[in-house]
Amino acid sequence: MSHEDVHPAEDIALKIRNLDFYYGNFKGLNNVNLDIARHRVTAFIGPSGCGKSTLLRTFNRMYDLYPGQRAEGEILFNGKNLLDRKQDVNLVRAKIGMVFQKPTPFPMTIYENIAFGVRLYENLSGSEMNDRVEWALRKAALWDEVKSKLQQSGLSLSGGQQQRLCIARAVAVKPEIVLLDEPTSALDPISTAKVEELIDELKSEYTIAIVTHNMQQAARISDFTAFMYLGDLVEFGVTDQVFIKPEKKQTEDYITGRFG
Amino acid sequence: MDIYSRRILINRLGIGLSMIAMAFGLAALMWILWTLFSKGFAALSWDFFTQDTPAPGSEGGGLRNAIVGSSLIIGVTTLVSTPIGILAGIYLAEFGSTSKFAAATRFVTDIMLSAPSIVIGLFVYALMVATLGGFSGWAGSVALSLIAIPVVVRTTENMLRLVPSSLREAAFAIGAPRWRVSISITLRAVKAGVVTGVLLAIARVTGETAPLLFTALNNQFFSADMSQPMGNLPVVIFQFAMSPYDNWISLAWGGALLIALLVLSINIGARFMFRSKDKV
Repeated sequence: MSHEDVHPAEDIALKIRNLDFYYGNFKGLNNVNLDIARHRVTAFIGPSGCGKSTLLRTFNRMYDLYPGQRAEGEILFNGKNLLDRKQDVNLVRAKIGMVFQKPTPFPMTIYENIAFGVRLYENLSGSEMNDRVEWALRKAALWDEVKSKLQQSGLSLSGGQQQRLCIARAVAVKPEIVLLDEPTSALDPISTAKVEELIDELKSEYTIAIVTHNMQQAARISDFTAFMYLGDLVEFGVTDQVFIKPEKKQTEDYITGRFG
Repeated sequence: MDIYSRRILINRLGIGLSMIAMAFGLAALMWILWTLFSKGFAALSWDFFTQDTPAPGSEGGGLRNAIVGSSLIIGVTTLVSTPIGILAGIYLAEFGSTSKFAAATRFVTDIMLSAPSIVIGLFVYALMVATLGGFSGWAGSVALSLIAIPVVVRTTENMLRLVPSSLREAAFAIGAPRWRVSISITLRAVKAGVVTGVLLAIARVTGETAPLLFTALNNQFFSADMSQPMGNLPVVIFQFAMSPYDNWISLAWGGALLIALLVLSINIGARFMFRSKDKV
């Protein structure tokens, strides 16, 4: 199945080729091939257990933390295969950031939540760091709400604010790609709207891959949509086409709510 | 009798039995504290803290040398066992969680946790006292550390295991290496619990007598030299309580009260620490 020619005009940030994924003996992904376009939003939809989060977690090798999970195939990022054993995973993760379903502020101040990641790879002076923290919090549309309490615990924020703090934290290290794993599923509608606006603004500078259970969300914010089912990439295309005139019967059934 | 009133009856019976059990335990504790207070409080005077243990037959005296000795031995024990225990706990929870070496470490730690303290005292006696030529404060600290370390290791590991994997993943996801995640994120998230573990370990060794009998022994005179035999509260209490002299027996009660209050306040402090764990 070939999905590489969906967007011939786009600059490609991530090329996934013949990707298989295993949880022990269970095969979680079957021969996935797709290209993720630079500075675009690519959404992954599909019923629970279809492999969309699994796929996202191969892009920053998150699965490496768990013995027994392994990926085979190629994920090309700046010409190098991320799955290569010799690849330094920490460097990959500094370049490919991730935001999770549940907000996960670190047990430290709001300021330190942002500065922690920056300090890992950059040696900034005090004032440079202050600028970077402000910059990241502005990017995440959180600055006005927290500028007077940067020294308070990150855990003192509301759920929606915590999630934007996590986005700011991911953006602060200036990655090329930001992976979002159901970033709004634990948020109320107003916070969700804020995060969606944010994604739209971020895509001018970052490549975004988002997993979502919410099809309206995928339709609203993404440029390209991938529909997955039982570990297969069933359909991949321009979002409007996938939603208005899907090529595959399975995609149509899922989008129209006949299963899932 | 219908099923509903039977349930009420059984419920009352259950609550009644647990209340009796609670009263039993609490009464024992209160009894101990009351005895300690009534017999020991009279001994707590200025002299108690400023004079050294009296020679047989002489009047008055205090426990200054024993208090200072115990503080030094326990202080060194804390300095030794805290880093070793916490680092080992981090290893078990974050690095070697499934390795054979970790499994062996965990097994040995569990054995050490339940090892009789007199065995540990004898072991250090054979290891240090018999070979290095004499009883010493250092040997006492080593023996107490062997008791404290497993407590710290286990609480640290158990606390770290409570950290949700989502927090760990989030830290890895911005490219932090494993050691950085362990120290700056997960250990930080449970620091109140880890400090509690250290405090409980200190409380545990504060009253240990058997290991000190074989190692620090005792010293009738004031000494801050850890390489010499050293006075310490538990052994002084042990010797004085069994003596025929009234002032010795009174000092033993005073020392017992002092240790009990110390352990009680450490435990209460630990609970207080643990309760405020949500603060950064």
